[in-house]
Amino acid sequence: MLMQTDEIAELGELMRLATGDEKHEASATSTLDVLYVLYEHVLRIDSANPAWEERDRFVLSKGHGPVAYYAVLARKGFFPAEELTRFMEFDSILGAHPDRAQVPGIEASTGSLGHGLPMAVGIAYALRAKGLAEQRVIVLTGDAELNEGSNWEAILHAGAARLSNLTLVAIDNRSSSIRIDPIGDKLTAFGWDAAEVDGRDHDQLRDAFERRGDGPTAVVAVVRS
Amino acid sequence: MRDAACAAIVDRFREDRRTALVLADISLDRLEPAFRHDPSRVVNVGIMEQTAVGVAAGFALEGFRPIVHTLAPFLVERPFEQLKLGFGYHRQEGLFVSAGASYDYSKCGLTHHAPGDVAALATIPGMEGIVPGTAREAADAVRRSHGNGRATYLRTSVSENSTEWELAPGGLTKLRTGAALTVVAVGPMLDRTLAALDGIDATVLYATTVLPLDAASLVAEAAPATDVLVVEPFAEGTLAAQVSAALSHRPIRLVSHGVPREVFPRYGTVEDHDRAHGLDARGIRERVLALLAA
Repeated sequence: MLMQTDEIAELGELMRLATGDEKHEASATSTLDVLYVLYEHVLRIDSANPAWEERDRFVLSKGHGPVAYYAVLARKGFFPAEELTRFMEFDSILGAHPDRAQVPGIEASTGSLGHGLPMAVGIAYALRAKGLAEQRVIVLTGDAELNEGSNWEAILHAGAARLSNLTLVAIDNRSSSIRIDPIGDKLTAFGWDAAEVDGRDHDQLRDAFERRGDGPTAVVAVVRS
Repeated sequence: MRDAACAAIVDRFREDRRTALVLADISLDRLEPAFRHDPSRVVNVGIMEQTAVGVAAGFALEGFRPIVHTLAPFLVERPFEQLKLGFGYHRQEGLFVSAGASYDYSKCGLTHHAPGDVAALATIPGMEGIVPGTAREAADAVRRSHGNGRATYLRTSVSENSTEWELAPGGLTKLRTGAALTVVAVGPMLDRTLAALDGIDATVLYATTVLPLDAASLVAEAAPATDVLVVEPFAEGTLAAQVSAALSHRPIRLVSHGVPREVFPRYGTVEDHDRAHGLDARGIRERVLALLAA
């Protein structure tokens, strides 16, 4: 069950504008509440200036099912909501996987699994090198995506390097074909500060995202419906 | 060549604050000055090559000019999709400097061989490929290609030529004019190719930039004769499509002479492998004579 707020209902309406067999409905709806909370309450962004240097960075590593992402971005004003009606059309900016060259506000083109988290580590380093101490990078993966070894290389490195400006949110909707939970325990073993929360509970999500320590943080957002 | 390239990398790191250096536990000793100069822009991710290229893409997305260095199979083949997506599709700038060309690590066996690196990279739109033949050429290539706004692969090798040549801007330099055939010698293949052509009336073109091959210079400088031989230090036929396309306006008979596309499970020295593949002067000459006699 989605947490029924007016805002979520509004996003649901936007999502329904998009149709097509590559919509990945389950994948898209699994991320909806997390994306809403991030863009409404956590990320410092400016839809009028997507390249604002002092913004927080968000990478949807799990590029599958980006319709919820598109709906959230449209609601925040990154592009007109009407674009959703042209989802996957030849000349649409919105494809089945997000493209940073096409869509304002998208930091990285994803869809191939296991790319976003290493990139987020690089972005975290880059923010540090630029002296942007307050900015953070948040990367979203799915539990199935965490099958990819590149994620665990990045997780191992980020934990050892104590990248405190990096946050991983792992959507655990049990889509992995091999048993991977409890994800939080694995991340903790790699030096991350991990919390497991209800992926539909906005208050729990907000509290979890507010945590900042001396190393990377993780939010395992459990979604069972 | 590797030492010269690493020294040039350190120079660029010091000169350009937008340089980010991403390593994977290789050549740390050679590149240690970069760590001391500005540790915020240099990352050794560990033995994690896919992550190394992904991290470099992250730096690039933030406006840095990343340099990644490790061994050829682990810089190209393992993180190939990261190169394709993070740099090719994203149209980002990065310099990828490999060591251990083809079978340079002959003693380590096939896991450390990468004769297919340039052929693989040729499929990434916009990827530039440079194959220097001397240490100076390698260092010059680092300085020239870093900051050029594109993704560039620089392939260093243990095999080197003994003579420095003044290179043409496009990376295809005419060294000799002859009538019997055209020979394109790539990077470290030059010295042995020149030795193999002793007494043979050949036009010799020296290729150091192979992605893209300078088609205009090839058209302008190739001998009128039909026969064209490409001597390449990587997988045989890697440059065939480019040569064929460039000379498609006239009949040619193209022979590619490089590392055979076969599993070759042997150890030994680089010279052993050169000899076995016919990539020493003697083997090249035999191939030339066979072509002219056919």
